[in-house]
Amino acid sequence: MLTLERVRQVFPSGQDLVVALAGIDLVLDRGDFLTVIGSNGAGKTTLLHVIAGNLIPTSGRVLIDGEDVTATPAHRRARRIGRIVQDPLSGTAPTMTIAENLALASKRSKRSLAVALTRRRRREFAEVLRPLGMGLERRLDDPAFLLSGGERQALTVTMATLARPDILLLDEHTAALDPANARRIAELTEAFVERTGLTTLMVTHNMEQAIALGNRLVMMHKGEIVLELGGERKRSTKVPELVSLFSHRHIADDELLLETAP
Amino acid sequence: MVALLMHAAEQGLVYGIAALGVFISYRILRFPDLTVDGSFVTGAAIASSLVVLQGLDPVVALAVAFAVGSLAGVLTGLLNTRLGITDLLAGVLSMIMLYSINLRIMGRPNISLLRAETITRSIAALFAPLGSAAVLVFLAGIVLFIKLVLDFFFKTEVGLALRATGDNEAMITAQGVNTKTMKVAGLALSNGLVALSGGLVAHYSGFADVGMGIGTIVTGLAAVILGGSLIRSRRVGWMTASVLLGSLIYRIAVMFALRYGYVIGFQASDLKLVTSLLVIVALVVPALRDRLLRRPKPC
Repeated sequence: MLTLERVRQVFPSGQDLVVALAGIDLVLDRGDFLTVIGSNGAGKTTLLHVIAGNLIPTSGRVLIDGEDVTATPAHRRARRIGRIVQDPLSGTAPTMTIAENLALASKRSKRSLAVALTRRRRREFAEVLRPLGMGLERRLDDPAFLLSGGERQALTVTMATLARPDILLLDEHTAALDPANARRIAELTEAFVERTGLTTLMVTHNMEQAIALGNRLVMMHKGEIVLELGGERKRSTKVPELVSLFSHRHIADDELLLETAP
Repeated sequence: MVALLMHAAEQGLVYGIAALGVFISYRILRFPDLTVDGSFVTGAAIASSLVVLQGLDPVVALAVAFAVGSLAGVLTGLLNTRLGITDLLAGVLSMIMLYSINLRIMGRPNISLLRAETITRSIAALFAPLGSAAVLVFLAGIVLFIKLVLDFFFKTEVGLALRATGDNEAMITAQGVNTKTMKVAGLALSNGLVALSGGLVAHYSGFADVGMGIGTIVTGLAAVILGGSLIRSRRVGWMTASVLLGSLIYRIAVMFALRYGYVIGFQASDLKLVTSLLVIVALVVPALRDRLLRRPKPC
C-alpha cells in the first residue's frame, strides 16, 4: 500500500543542516495500523508531511500502491490520503457551516458547478452526525468556529470518513483535547479504522495508546526508526517495558517519560 | 433632491459591481488585491474605445471589458501563486503594468463618449416609457442579476472550494483542491466584475480617463466594510446584499458631502482622503471595541 524507500529530509538551519529524516525505510500493507512514538524532533511529523506531499524529500522515494508519488503535490494525493492533526482548528473551514464542511469533504471526483448542498445530502449529513451524540445534526447551519475543540475534531474525523481515503494519517489528533473528549475521538477513530480496514499511521505521545491501538509500533529517534514491534510482541509489551527499551537505547526524554505517568 | 438621490443610487449600483469584485478578493479569498485600481480603468478603456473607435455594440464592448479585466486578475494570480510574489506586491505590479496597457488601449489619456452610442443611451431609448427612471431600473436589474449569479456560484461545489481557499487553505488542500488555481480563478472573477463596473461607469458618465481608477480598492473596501457592519451575516446572499447596500449608502453620503460639504469647507478633491479615513476608522473600531469591552476574568 505505502512504501518509503530511504527517505531523507534535510532542512537548512543557518549555516548548518538539520537532518529530520535520516533514510527511512518503511512498508505498510493494506489494513496495517502503525503507531509511531518518539521524542520531540524525532521526525514523526516530518514523516507525515512527506507521505501527505506537503514536503518533497531531499532524497528517497514514496510509493502508494507501487506508484511513485514522491513529487506529486499534496492536493493530488488528497483523494487517497486523509489527515487529522493536533489542532482542532486546522481540519475545518471556520466561517463555513457544518454542512458545507461535510460537503467539501464528501466530494471525491472533480468539483462541478452543481449545487453542493441538496436537501438529500443534508439529510445524509444529519444521519452521519447523529451517532456522535453531540447534537451536531441539529446544527448543520452553524459555522464551524462556534464548535468546541472536541466537536470540531469529531467533525474532522467525520469528514475523513466521508472522504473514504485509502490511507489515514493521524498526528497526535487527540492531544489538544480534554481527557473525556480525547477518549471519545480516539474511540471514534478506532471504530472508523476498524470498519473500513484503512491503512493507518498514527503519531502519538501516549505510550499506552501506542500499544493499545494498531498492529505495529515503531519508535523514532533523530530521524531514524530505532525500534519496531509487531504482532504478538507488540500486544504483550507493557508501558514500563517500552520505557525501559527507550532508556536502553540511551534515549533520554523527560517529556516522554512524564507522559507515561498515570 | 429626488434627481440627486436617483443619481446617487445609480452610482451606488454601478460602483456596487466593483465593490462585489473587491468583496470576492478581500472577504472571500482574503487577498488584498490592488489590481482593481488598474482593471477598473481597463474596463472603462475597452468599453469606450471599442464603441467609439471600433463602432462595436455597447453590450459586446462591455462583455469584452469583463473578459480582459479577468485576464488582469489572472496575471496577478499567476504572479502570486506561480512566481511567489507576495499578494500586495503582485497587485501593485499588475496595477502599474495596466496603467501603460490602458494608455495603449485608449491611445490617449481620455476618451469622450458624449456622441457615442453608450449602453445607457440605448437603454434610455429602449425603455423610454419609464422616463428618467429607465437607467436606474436597468442598472438595478443588472446588479441584481450579478448578485444572484454570485450567490448561486458560491453555493456550488466549486464555489464552496473557493470560499474554503480563503477560509482554511491547508484544509481545502487536504480535500484535494488546488488552491493556486482557485486563487487565480477568484481573482479573475473579481477583476472581471471590477472591469465591467469600470466600463459601465464610462458609459454612464460619458468618458473614460486613465486616472479614473485611483482609489477603486478603497471605495470598494468602504462599501464592503460599511455594508458588513450594517448586515452582520455569514450567509453569502446576505453578504453580497450588504456590499450593495454599503455601496449605495456610500454614494449617497458622497452626494451629500459634495452638495453640502462646502459649509465645513469640504472640497471634491478631499473625497479620497475622507474615504480612506472612513475605511481606517471602520477597520480599527471593531478591534478597539473588543479591547475596550474585554472584561477582567472573574476570580
